[in-house]
Amino acid sequence: MKYQEEFRNSGAVQRLLTEIRETVTRPWSLMEVCGGQTHSILRNGLDQLLPEQIRLIHGPGCPVCVTPLVAIDRALAIAARPGVIFCSFGDMLRVPGSDKDLFRIKSEGGDVRIVYSPLDAVKIARENPEREVVFFAIGFETTAPANAMAIEVARRQGIRNFSALVSHVLVPPAIEAILSSPKTRVNAFLAAGHVCSVMGTWEYPPLAEKYKVPIVVTGFEPYDLLVGILGCVRQLERGEYRVENAYARAVNEKGNIPAQELLSRVFTTVDRAWRGIGVIPNSGWKLSEAYQDFDAERRFDVGGIVASESPLCHSGEVLQGLLKPNQCPAFGKQCTPRTPLGATMVSNEGACSAYYNYGRLIAAEELLCAAK
Amino acid sequence: MRSEVAVEPVAFDPEQWTCPLPLRDYPRIVMGHGGGGSLSAELIDNIFVPAFRNEELEGMADSTVLTLPAGRIAFSTDAYVVHPLFFPGGSIGELAVHGTCNDLSMSGAKPLYLSASFILEEGLEMKTLAAIVERMAKAAREAGVRIVTGDTKVVERGHADGCYITTAGIGILMAEPAPAPMRAQVGDVVLVSGTLGDHGMTVMSLREGLSFETVLESDSAALHPLVEAMLAASDKVHVLRDPTRGGLATSLNEIAQSSKLGIRLEETALPVRPAVASACEILGMDPMYVANEGKLVAIVGREDADRVLQVMRAHPLGRDAARIGEVVAEHRGTLVARTRFGATRILPLQIGEQLPRIC
Repeated sequence: MKYQEEFRNSGAVQRLLTEIRETVTRPWSLMEVCGGQTHSILRNGLDQLLPEQIRLIHGPGCPVCVTPLVAIDRALAIAARPGVIFCSFGDMLRVPGSDKDLFRIKSEGGDVRIVYSPLDAVKIARENPEREVVFFAIGFETTAPANAMAIEVARRQGIRNFSALVSHVLVPPAIEAILSSPKTRVNAFLAAGHVCSVMGTWEYPPLAEKYKVPIVVTGFEPYDLLVGILGCVRQLERGEYRVENAYARAVNEKGNIPAQELLSRVFTTVDRAWRGIGVIPNSGWKLSEAYQDFDAERRFDVGGIVASESPLCHSGEVLQGLLKPNQCPAFGKQCTPRTPLGATMVSNEGACSAYYNYGRLIAAEELLCAAK
Repeated sequence: MRSEVAVEPVAFDPEQWTCPLPLRDYPRIVMGHGGGGSLSAELIDNIFVPAFRNEELEGMADSTVLTLPAGRIAFSTDAYVVHPLFFPGGSIGELAVHGTCNDLSMSGAKPLYLSASFILEEGLEMKTLAAIVERMAKAAREAGVRIVTGDTKVVERGHADGCYITTAGIGILMAEPAPAPMRAQVGDVVLVSGTLGDHGMTVMSLREGLSFETVLESDSAALHPLVEAMLAASDKVHVLRDPTRGGLATSLNEIAQSSKLGIRLEETALPVRPAVASACEILGMDPMYVANEGKLVAIVGREDADRVLQVMRAHPLGRDAARIGEVVAEHRGTLVARTRFGATRILPLQIGEQLPRIC
């Protein structure tokens, strides 16, 4: 696979690891913002190969993890209605709402379908004019343009039985929320490359300047991630705090202008509750006034549904890097990948589920050592 | 009929039938075909018996009486549901034969006899059923097994996905002791007979209407000829598994858990076709968890591993066989993979099916 294999080259990765080892002199905590980066780090075991002074904190960038409970409860209420076809990305189906998930709704007779592109949902609406088709539009700036495009296409084609349940979230306000917390332990950020391919890098210099943290725009392959980490460590060791682009093959300063124009037309900024974290000002997108006809929340009158998270779940502190998953009292007891209280235990790259699986390995090795 | 994939022409030709009150009046399955009356009989006489033809089946009794060779037998059953019914490299018909044959041969048995039960959906096109049955018959002939008893039921339209098939099989053990998870030992070597994930990604890409530049093809195949060669080459083939649903990682997790040993894989040694790897990248899937229908994983005593691997590679069903890992005393009950960079990651048992990831 061109543009992939060369960024997984073992020699290049080992050279970068050596360079990082030679550069670091003190402990630093870096946060990778995006769930895709966390996935790649865990899948390749990069965290185990880094010098021990470097701690990676898995940030709030898994769109499945941070979608607020109330949005999921509203989705469940809509999906359970007769006549509705509810379309979602696959990994949302297992995320628990207050008392069930979309798989349960499906088993109880709801017509819940996995789509790979929001435009598939528009197509389903076109083919089923007698049914109401609802798309669960979640995710960061990365998925937002395609979702906005689906809504725009439905508007242009006059597809009235299509609507979207929108719960988008935005990266820069989340970074700011983490940095402004007096308890924060994050020294530098690996910004999410795909988000920046849409939005550009122009949003980040004010943050780097205000909080005096290095922010390095980073890709997803092992080589990309280590270049990003090296960039952060270099700046930290020198006492610098700049925005650096370590993913120049996909990202430039301005970003994708037509996509940004579409986004600003279809969506409008709103305060958004993040699962486990709470409300972050101006951190989400909802449908703008001109697109209200496509708002599923309004069409199905589910705006009144409220939800409160399990008091046992500390996923918010985990997502902010304040707590290690195994320090949570519910970890491995009330909360396991089979019975997740929070979404960080649901998604494979969620910090809690990763700890749960690796914890088993560590526990097994410790037992063995004790036996010897 | 639900399948959007072109059905290949088959020997069955409704126009050539000689029956005076023929089935050809019904181009599709109707409820009566499962009613036990003359419509059921016509279905049996015109579709099943001619395709499966053998003396045991033609006895037409409520059960078939068989004489088995001396020795221990293996017995297994499996239900087959797949959408679409036809896909590149196979159909539900081949799966129903190969799958049960493979369950038998993973105990070191040579499959001899199969039963086949069909649940048909009202409205299924007769020519689709005929094509499935033809393919089953061909697969059985090639595998050297006989389909000697069966049953058909029809359910109302909307109550099934065209056609469901259940097969059960009997086989005779080719070697003693039979391969079993409990026989795995620390130091054993893990071998796989070929590329991973071909079947699962073929079906998924069809189902989701994804098209790739390279055509993916299911690997559906009956594996007992390969197993026979392996067992003849070594008495240290300790465990055999066909990694179907849940893929290689699921099968090896089950072996690790039941043998209470650890298994460590070398990620760089895992054979995956580039087209399958690309499809997995696009959908956010891990080929280690994707279904295979014509592959086996073997746990073999270290001293015989090279010999068994050679025998596998010399066989058409094991051309791409590879040595992928070993059984270890650490992290008992757990499957891990060493990544290409030398780190270790756990491959946990998945809770349900793998879901395509949003990002």
